Amino acid sequence: MEHDAAVSVNNLNFIYPRGQRPVLRGLSFKIEQGEVFGLLGPNGSGKTTLFRLITTLLRPSRGEISVFGIEAADCPACVRAKIGVVFQYPALDKKLTVMENMKAQGHLYGISGRVLAKRIDSLLDIFNLKERGREMAENLSGGLRRRLEIAKGLLHRPRLLVMDEPSTGLDPAARLDMWRYLRELVKEFRTTVVLTTHLMEEAEQCGRLAILSEGSLVALGRPEDLRSHVGGDVIRVKGLNLGDLRVKIQNQFGNNVRLVDDNLIIERRQAHELISQLAQAFPDQIESVTLAKPTLEDVFMHFTGRSFQRRDPNGA
Amino acid sequence: MALEAIRGMSMENVILPMMMLWRREMVRFYRDKGRVFGALVPPLIFWFLIGSGLGESFHLPGAPAGVNYLQYFFSGTVILVLLFTAIFSTISVIEDRREGFLQSVLVAPVARWVVVKGKLLGSTTLAFLQGALFLVLAPAVGLNFDFSVILAILPILAVLAFGLSALGFCLAWALDSTQGFHSVMNVFLIPLWLLSGALFPASGAHPWVRWVMSLNPLSYGLAALQGSLLGLDTGPGGPSYALCFSVVFGFAILSFLAAVYTARERRR
Repeated sequence: MEHDAAVSVNNLNFIYPRGQRPVLRGLSFKIEQGEVFGLLGPNGSGKTTLFRLITTLLRPSRGEISVFGIEAADCPACVRAKIGVVFQYPALDKKLTVMENMKAQGHLYGISGRVLAKRIDSLLDIFNLKERGREMAENLSGGLRRRLEIAKGLLHRPRLLVMDEPSTGLDPAARLDMWRYLRELVKEFRTTVVLTTHLMEEAEQCGRLAILSEGSLVALGRPEDLRSHVGGDVIRVKGLNLGDLRVKIQNQFGNNVRLVDDNLIIERRQAHELISQLAQAFPDQIESVTLAKPTLEDVFMHFTGRSFQRRDPNGA
Repeated sequence: MALEAIRGMSMENVILPMMMLWRREMVRFYRDKGRVFGALVPPLIFWFLIGSGLGESFHLPGAPAGVNYLQYFFSGTVILVLLFTAIFSTISVIEDRREGFLQSVLVAPVARWVVVKGKLLGSTTLAFLQGALFLVLAPAVGLNFDFSVILAILPILAVLAFGLSALGFCLAWALDSTQGFHSVMNVFLIPLWLLSGALFPASGAHPWVRWVMSLNPLSYGLAALQGSLLGLDTGPGGPSYALCFSVVFGFAILSFLAAVYTARERRR
């Protein structure tokens, strides 16, 4: 059991019953135990579908997902007993109090009595919800609801916590809190955490990332390793007649230049040297030039040739 | 399903979640005063207005002399209370499943039939209690009944409440939107009630209506209530109590199986 990957995805394909095209195409990767693993992709890249497949809410059209060595399609209930799930829209009963929501969750997992009371007590303490125990879930702020949702997800001490866009609706302070807690969780209990996100800051916090675009896996690795794929620094040029400028730069300097969303993007080492040369060569056409260390957005652009912000046409 | 049900039965994964879902329905109902109003008051108004309007001019064929329309319509109104309550408590399934509490129920290691049963038991309890509460009004229109009548009526109410909840659940699970549910309610559930004999007896109706009414399980629930409340042995020329109970019971079982089937785990 110990050597099994927390999640193993093998040639996973998914197409919705009346869907036009596949939402996921041939994904394969492994998430090791004790990792904080991010599924990064723009809206429509298929990450929420992948979340629903890992949490057994959907079944693969083709291929397999196993969780701690258990094939999800064979025994969804076995998988469910091992995972805690945090939904993007918190799965709370708004007409119940914080305490009642926690109790209901305990009963779903067959926990009751003193054991349940003790666990609820300690989780509400950790998530700073103790004073709110008697409040209706509908009266909680977005941040508090999210905290309650995470606390709920941890009640049965899952070995794997799966979260869909966990920062939705959290202010920066609450985000930091959440991350601090997640790290403690991994350190103390070796809980594996898998989360979907479209936020670069959040992806940076993950130990490893799978970058998805249009249902395919485009890159996999630690954030710093992914960034090192980008050749050196990133120069962004804004200006007039970019198509023409692109060809000129390529011809004159031999760099690979990409046109993405009104920017010319050049990846290269020693980029500062090129900047002064560019400014001298095309003083009339260039409006601005910026130089930056590569971000995960640049990584996405590097692998897909597309900007991260633009919505994938895939839907879902 | 039956095998799975027996194999996995235990306090932890059957009774606890089922009771939790039942209790949740009770608490939510208690906290949502609008639902008490929504399920009891509209039928009361229908009954009072339609019943009073037709009161003197209506004659029920085959009924003992002196049954006025308020009395005739009373049983149908009780069924309407059951129908409304069952629908109000199952309609929540639609939104609950996509962005609400039910999401976390569906990723918990609980068999689907347990989820369905818990939800339906909650809804049944509410519908039954409200239907029974409505019976208190019977003496006000001169429908006097003794203990044996109550004993005959309450089981019918309970089983019918369960069947209607299960029917509501099937529809709610299959639909994407509450708007869709409202149209189903108008084109299917309300006609189902209209064609139960709630408003008019089968004996005077067009043959095709009579035919539909004889297939409608609600007709049998109604016949049992009317038979008991109006002091007729079998309802107006209708089926025996035993037949009525059997049909209603069969309807409840079939609806429950349909609900479990609708909410089943899908393989790929």
